[in-house]
Amino acid sequence: MSLTASSIGRKVAMALSGIFLVLFLTQHFSINLLSVFSESLFNQVSHFMGNNPIVQFILQPILIFGVLFHFVMGFVLELQNSKSRSTSYSVYKGKTNASWMSRNMILSGIVILSFLGLHFYDFWVPEMNYKYVQVLPLDQNRYFEELVHKFESPVRVMIYAFSFIFLSLHLLHGFASSFQSVGLNNKYTKSIKSFATAFSIIVPVGFVFIAVFHHINKF
Amino acid sequence: MNLTLKVWRQPNSETKGKIETYKIKDVSPDMSFLEMMDVLNEQLMSEEIDPIAFDHDCREGICGMCSMFINGEAHGPDRLVTTCQLHMRKFKDGDTITIEPFRAKAFPVIKDLAVDRSAFDRIQQAGGFVSINTSGNTQDANAIPIDKHDADKAFDSATCIGCGACVATCKNASAMLFVSAKVSQYALLPQGKVEATDRVLNMVNQMDEEGFGNCTNTGACEVECPKGISLENIARMNREYLFASLKG
Repeated sequence: MSLTASSIGRKVAMALSGIFLVLFLTQHFSINLLSVFSESLFNQVSHFMGNNPIVQFILQPILIFGVLFHFVMGFVLELQNSKSRSTSYSVYKGKTNASWMSRNMILSGIVILSFLGLHFYDFWVPEMNYKYVQVLPLDQNRYFEELVHKFESPVRVMIYAFSFIFLSLHLLHGFASSFQSVGLNNKYTKSIKSFATAFSIIVPVGFVFIAVFHHINKF
Repeated sequence: MNLTLKVWRQPNSETKGKIETYKIKDVSPDMSFLEMMDVLNEQLMSEEIDPIAFDHDCREGICGMCSMFINGEAHGPDRLVTTCQLHMRKFKDGDTITIEPFRAKAFPVIKDLAVDRSAFDRIQQAGGFVSINTSGNTQDANAIPIDKHDADKAFDSATCIGCGACVATCKNASAMLFVSAKVSQYALLPQGKVEATDRVLNMVNQMDEEGFGNCTNTGACEVECPKGISLENIARMNREYLFASLKG
């Protein structure tokens, strides 16, 4: 059996794609946070990310592949796991031995996937349309206004906040768990878990803060 | 203690099973759970009802035969014990106790609460051993120096009794904790390193072929394991498997 066809190979692939997405999330958060402190700096960095050929034509396709791979593999594994027990227990006390987050990764994953649909519709599709369909002139100062405009709607801010709660729940299990999957369980595990927990709370809360900040600042 | 027992009854592997309800009176809190089941079976036989089939052997937590899923947990509500070591004082008078077999596609029900766990035997046969020269020139194992830390870890892994509580507990019916304990107990010792590559590849392949689910690191297996086998073993097996796959 090849590495990718084995249960451990799939588990490692899920972990590595998850770690890759965490790295992406970190850079996305860092750039978004700039919008709170400096409009011009946010515009400069966004312009660079949106027009640099390495980012656009190498890193962006890798990211899209990483996202699709993580979600498709997640669904495939969930389907396989559901077949491993044909008769369910009439009484099953899952909460006595495992966290809610660890037992509901597929649920939090579906919420995040739905959110990504909205996020692509909000930002990625208009951006692709601006640059590659309509081929409008480069405007280095448009990014901040576009961002603020999106967060004028309280409904959108609430949807974002709700989605980021699920992202936090997903990360609370997934981030630390990915180190276990790649074989790392030693004296550093406690520190890794503490860091992963802090990251899983701080980054999603930070994203929500940015959305609320721009929503309030607009009025 | 007077109890209501909801017990899974299934005549054989081909017939569909269902939960049957039985009342049992005057249960001593000092009885073990299996002794309570013995009393229930005597009661059923006196009523000319087929007694409940369940696995048991040593009744002292060593053999790994007892396998009941009691009130939603493998081996019941107590920690670090097998069903035979579970005592009725863990329950209260008037309680309703639901008793089911260990459920997994790879553990088909034989009858009532007895399940076929021979999938574990086949995994062991695939690599859970050390080949030694038995011609009379076998080297004394004690002549090989082993780091105390590694020896202790290997011993901890070797305490796995193969009861299957990890599979029964895991929401995915994954056998990773069992297989990783068996891989680890050899991987940590010099005697086991010779066949380490083939061992982990063959045992994991057999585990996958048996139809166990994938591990999602919920950690439920570690909590419910009657021998306290650690998740550290799964991480070690993942490492062993990755290196073995790359090595070929």
